[in-house]
Amino acid sequence: MPSLKSLRMRINSVKSTQKITSAMKMVAASKLRRAQSQAEAARPYAVRMERMLGTLAASVSGPLAPRLLVGTGKEQTHLLLPVTADRGLAGAFNTNIGRLTRNIARRLEADGRTVRILPVGRKGRDYLRRELASRIGEDISFAGRKSIGYADAAAIAQRVTALVESGEVDVVTVIYNRFHSVISQIPTETRLVPAPVPEAGSVAAGGVVEVEPEETEVLARLLPQNLAVQIYRALLESAAGEHGARMTAMDNATRNAGDMIKRLTLNYNRARQANITKELIEIISGAEAV
Amino acid sequence: MPIDLEIVSPEKMLFAAPVEMVTLPAAEGEMGVLAQHAPMLVLLRGGTVRTWAGGKVVQSLYVSGGFAEITPTKVTVLANAATPPAELSRAAAERQLADAQSAYTAADKNDVAATSAALDAIQSAQAMVEAAQAA
Repeated sequence: MPSLKSLRMRINSVKSTQKITSAMKMVAASKLRRAQSQAEAARPYAVRMERMLGTLAASVSGPLAPRLLVGTGKEQTHLLLPVTADRGLAGAFNTNIGRLTRNIARRLEADGRTVRILPVGRKGRDYLRRELASRIGEDISFAGRKSIGYADAAAIAQRVTALVESGEVDVVTVIYNRFHSVISQIPTETRLVPAPVPEAGSVAAGGVVEVEPEETEVLARLLPQNLAVQIYRALLESAAGEHGARMTAMDNATRNAGDMIKRLTLNYNRARQANITKELIEIISGAEAV
Repeated sequence: MPIDLEIVSPEKMLFAAPVEMVTLPAAEGEMGVLAQHAPMLVLLRGGTVRTWAGGKVVQSLYVSGGFAEITPTKVTVLANAATPPAELSRAAAERQLADAQSAYTAADKNDVAATSAALDAIQSAQAMVEAAQAA
């Protein structure tokens, strides 16, 4: 049986761990609220952009159509954008993305395709570097930043656009945790290039839409913007998911620490009592001997 | 008859209210939109979106570029970035203009995309300076 002192020390150390995890849980909860409202605020733009794209995309086809919309015509080189957090302690949040990315990469390579990975977030990069290091070129991380803005998504979109326009990659897929609820984030893959064309919008339903200056020109501006919006959405969903996952993980940790403290306290009290009993026996048997 | 106006940036909804008339900085020139306008999709350059009532400007908002969707009952402006002119700083606008101009000088003139992007940036920055001056 461990000594009373060592038990006391263990109880204290678990107690301070519990304080940390419960503080982290509360921080995650407040960050989650902010991330959710940010995602909420970004929705109107995405909805309207999709509607416009639907109206325009229907009118443009053939060899003049931009690459971002129809792709390069082949499916040889795939670019994967796994979006993860920069910090851990969020349960299986980062691992899920890493595993999904790895599976997709393996599947594509088994089909004879070339895979390139542009990890967004430090944890995903570290995970994928163990097995797929040769496919990773550069990576993007927002470590140390308070919040992500649209400008960050636009910068990523610009890099992706450059890769597609130069013909270096044919298909672009983003892999991120879709925020389903606080306790459930669903790892999701969404194709960005060639752009999935939404249903024609409400404008087209009313009849002919005039486009100024020209369909192709507007589309050439709209598509990179749309790409940025899609990436922005993935980043926001992932941020909300991260805080949700951390909240759940820390809640569990706090509860486990509570259980552990209970168990240790029980042991401690038993040991204390055994000590007292032992001392009593010693005293009594000493007195009897006299 | 009023027309519904919505101004949205990627980060949030900025303005949603019915207005009498709105003028947009369209790529091919300033355009005024009243209710019952023909459906259109318009590319916007950098400039000021103004709402009007009774022949006077009610509100204005500087946008750095974007798109507008016009239907007979509604105008939706998708702005890349939008700021009220009162919050624009003239010094910052002029700095941006200078940056844009040097980017244009540095741009490879054979690269059509880069050149036109630089020209757009100059245009947008110029509109920003003007908007800041007017405020």
